[in-house]
Amino acid sequence: MKLPTPPGLRRKPARPGSQPPKNGNRINGGAAATKKELKQAQRAKLKEQALEVPISMLGWLDERTGSTPFLRAFLFRKIPKGTNWYYTLGSATLFAFVNQAVTGVFLAMFYTPSATQAYTSTRHLTNDVWLGAFVRGMHKWGATVMVVLVFLHMGRVFFFGAYKYPRELNWIIGVVLLILTMAMAFTGYLLPFDQRSFWATVVGVNINASGPILGPYLADFLRGGSEFGATTLSRFYAIHMLLIPGLIAALIGAHLYLVAKLGTTAPPWLKAEKARELAEEEI
Amino acid sequence: MLGAFEGETVTRRRFVTGGALAAGGVATAAIGLPALGFALGPIFEKTTHNPWQDVGPESDFNPTSYVPRVITLVPEVGEAGKTTIYVRKATPDDKSPSDKGKTPLPYVAISTRCAHLGCPVRFVQAAQRFICPCHGGVYDKFGKVVGGPPVRPLDRFYTRVEGNRVQIGPRFSVNSKLERFHPRDPSNHIDGLWKYLYPSRPTT
Repeated sequence: MKLPTPPGLRRKPARPGSQPPKNGNRINGGAAATKKELKQAQRAKLKEQALEVPISMLGWLDERTGSTPFLRAFLFRKIPKGTNWYYTLGSATLFAFVNQAVTGVFLAMFYTPSATQAYTSTRHLTNDVWLGAFVRGMHKWGATVMVVLVFLHMGRVFFFGAYKYPRELNWIIGVVLLILTMAMAFTGYLLPFDQRSFWATVVGVNINASGPILGPYLADFLRGGSEFGATTLSRFYAIHMLLIPGLIAALIGAHLYLVAKLGTTAPPWLKAEKARELAEEEI
Repeated sequence: MLGAFEGETVTRRRFVTGGALAAGGVATAAIGLPALGFALGPIFEKTTHNPWQDVGPESDFNPTSYVPRVITLVPEVGEAGKTTIYVRKATPDDKSPSDKGKTPLPYVAISTRCAHLGCPVRFVQAAQRFICPCHGGVYDKFGKVVGGPPVRPLDRFYTRVEGNRVQIGPRFSVNSKLERFHPRDPSNHIDGLWKYLYPSRPTT
């Protein structure tokens, strides 16, 4: 079944006179067209066809995915009055995450997660690889930026009361995302394997060990044993680049779905406008 | 029953749905359980393997001052697997309640892993104190806490003498009376009732 093409993607009907006249019904009785005229006509036809390519490609995709209504609902949502720059903190956090994901993939191309080579490979990618220091800097500072943005975003939601009914579940997902972001920061800190990251991680793991009963087991899990050994770095690496990023991406999907479904809240200083009939009733 | 033939106790649809779910569950468990066991395995496995390590002839050590020595805790990770210990000859003062009926350890080998959060402590000769650079833990020359946040004395290592050579064995933790315990992580209390909150683990 052929679905109707959405109105935005439909071809506009040709204006009168814009199309080259067809050979069969020439006004002046079929006098031979000059070469120049023919060439012009061909060119116009080609141009028209070329212009049609992106539209027909989009139409082809849309016909098979039905994504236009979804995208329109997702991208052209109604937002409340008073929406301001603070509402962009979530998108900013998402952007920071994408930055981490992209730079992280490229860092992984040069990094070796082995206790004997991690430090040298980090030094190599920082000092020898073209733009290495810059990409590593983006990842390192991007991590800090992401943690800061997560907290600012959380503060915005809290102080604007945007966590209240019916958005509690989105707050809970957000808290899980916060914890996962902190876990990313913790596991990523070890990877350069210099003195600072090594001892900071020793301290961090032992803080985990200080929890009663389960704490020591958690520390054993993180280290992969009772001593900081060969498996510790690979564990941290796997958690940092495989386990948590997948979880974060999936939860960001759920987070965004709920934002789009429930909409955003107006700032608390704006009172909801009363319907006119209600306002009149009060008078 | 609605939708079932006579004598049947469950509809065909219900049975097939349940069967499909059960098959999915079995398949998920077949993948998930080994993966989980693989990740959690090291928690239940003894991972410390500390063969006796030689740290020099008996003449290198004396009862009054500590001599630093480097031993290997984890062999495969290069410098990261090595640690400094402080060794001296034991004196009658070093008697531990755990020595009852046994010959006391001939040498005292103190671990430099701070009992607060695991930073490396150093011995300051002039003060006769072990001092931690991270959060200000201070220990006396027996490794007992005299200041700062540490929750128990510094760990020690078993020692023995083989043919006039001093050898260092596995790690053990001590409480404030210098009783010996299975090694605990830094930050884990082992005095009084606290020790029940931080039991010995299968890895050590």
